[in-house]
Amino acid sequence: MKWALGLTALAVLLGLPTVLSGYAVTIFVLIFFYAFLAQAWNIVGGYAGQLSAGHAAFVGVGGYTAALLLDRGITPWLGMLVGAALAAVLGSIIGYLGFRFGLRGFYLVLLTVAFAEVCRILASNIDAVGGAVGLYITFTGNPRQFQFQDQRAYYYLALALMLLGTGVVALIERRRFGIYLTAIREDEGACEALGVPTFKYKMLAMVVSAFLTGLGGTFYAFYLFSLQPNTVFGIPLSVEIIIRAVIGGAGTLLGPILGSFILTPLGVPISPPHHQARLAMTAPEKRTAPAPISNRPPTRPAA
Amino acid sequence: MTAPAPISNRPPTRQAGQALLLDVVGLSKRFGGVQAVKDLDFTVAEGEIVALIGPNGAGKTTAFALISGFLTSDAGRVTFAGRDLRGLAPHQVNALGLARTFQIMRPFPRLTVVRNVMIATLGRHADVAEAERRARAVLDELGLGAKADRPAGGLTLAERKRLELARALGTEPRLLLLDEVMSGLTDAETERIVELVRAINRRGIAILLIEHVMRAVMSLAQRIVVLNYGERIAEGRPESVANDPRVIEAYLGDEEVARAPA
Repeated sequence: MKWALGLTALAVLLGLPTVLSGYAVTIFVLIFFYAFLAQAWNIVGGYAGQLSAGHAAFVGVGGYTAALLLDRGITPWLGMLVGAALAAVLGSIIGYLGFRFGLRGFYLVLLTVAFAEVCRILASNIDAVGGAVGLYITFTGNPRQFQFQDQRAYYYLALALMLLGTGVVALIERRRFGIYLTAIREDEGACEALGVPTFKYKMLAMVVSAFLTGLGGTFYAFYLFSLQPNTVFGIPLSVEIIIRAVIGGAGTLLGPILGSFILTPLGVPISPPHHQARLAMTAPEKRTAPAPISNRPPTRPAA
Repeated sequence: MTAPAPISNRPPTRQAGQALLLDVVGLSKRFGGVQAVKDLDFTVAEGEIVALIGPNGAGKTTAFALISGFLTSDAGRVTFAGRDLRGLAPHQVNALGLARTFQIMRPFPRLTVVRNVMIATLGRHADVAEAERRARAVLDELGLGAKADRPAGGLTLAERKRLELARALGTEPRLLLLDEVMSGLTDAETERIVELVRAINRRGIAILLIEHVMRAVMSLAQRIVVLNYGERIAEGRPESVANDPRVIEAYLGDEEVARAPA
């Protein structure tokens, strides 16, 4: 029954782009993408109950890495993994500091936000990574450069990310790792008394979560063609991620997806400028117009 | 994570005069101006049942926390099965075969009863199905089998006490530290826990218990260690301890002692 429902939903999602307008496809891309980010957060924030409020840092590190590597001729398909790995390294640093000193609740929130802010300020002030203006990616439509003429390619990529994140969480959920996380969320002291190495499992949750979020960073950069420190490392992005998981149901397998389906369409009219650009490209009245890439600030050569 | 091999060489039954399992020497802990535990010495032998008693605030629970790695001692040494426990985290102490329960029970309320016990059994059995099988076996043994799939938050006090015991047992310990697993129970429920503790001990698991229910202490313990103001004031067989003037003085006015069969 569960399987039949899941497969039906999957078939519908796979077939949808054939009947959807370009604008609707864009909205679905955002739904899937934020569901993926929320799912990644769900591992450490939902299952393990460790309130990270700085996940934007991992999006930013992942995105910046892939964009900068592309400047050096490295395809974002590889850069995506490098970016995710660097995000995981950052996650392990944040996790070590937070969990080694037993930070929880508000204190962990402060630590994670602080790290994301440090990333934002660093990115804003280092000219080699574009400074406050950020990085712009020239649209080439070359799939090797993670760019596609056909909007539906982004749709399927975002869907694949969402399914990947959900698959990873489903795997974690039924293994010892996931069962331990649900208990760590409830009472770490009791876990320790029962032989659970809580520090190790919290670290593992943070690293896996950061890695996945870092993967999302590459998609973010190449879907929106731009990386600006204030948006990609900003507190609002972290909040966007958290509220989807929390509204849908933190610590549940389908919560982040549900949350994104509810909140993302609601947020479209008030979404930030960097999304509006994307939405405008596919808005109904402009559907046939070429992508407005000409009015962007000077672009950096892409490989 | 490589779980340590289950301890297979446990003695089938307890025998007198056995090897030391737990050796506490000169254990001390101060909280600000309060000397909670002072220069405490005692031992638990393989397969033995020892009771740690004393008036409220005598330092019994602090001693448990020091032994199980939840607190760091100011001075002294705790050796378990020949290993110095200094600097070990609680989960490492547990992995060596020393399990504790909490006086204020700490079930995972939103997890089911069987999941609660699986958190314990997963340590030695990484396979989830195997861990669940063992958890259900422990629950059946403790008479909680029927509640296995309910959330632990809905259990009665007596059931939560037994769940606390089930979880500790699920870690396959060689020594169980039981912190007031009988307080607040009716006589019938207390009797049931006493029988369970006895059955656990018959399997070769040594037991160190903190208890105020003197009837249970007298019937279970082979040896009693009495604490007052963090210090050991008496130690010995139940009958001799109950008649010790220092113990009576420490407990003066305590109804439990007045009622206890001497």
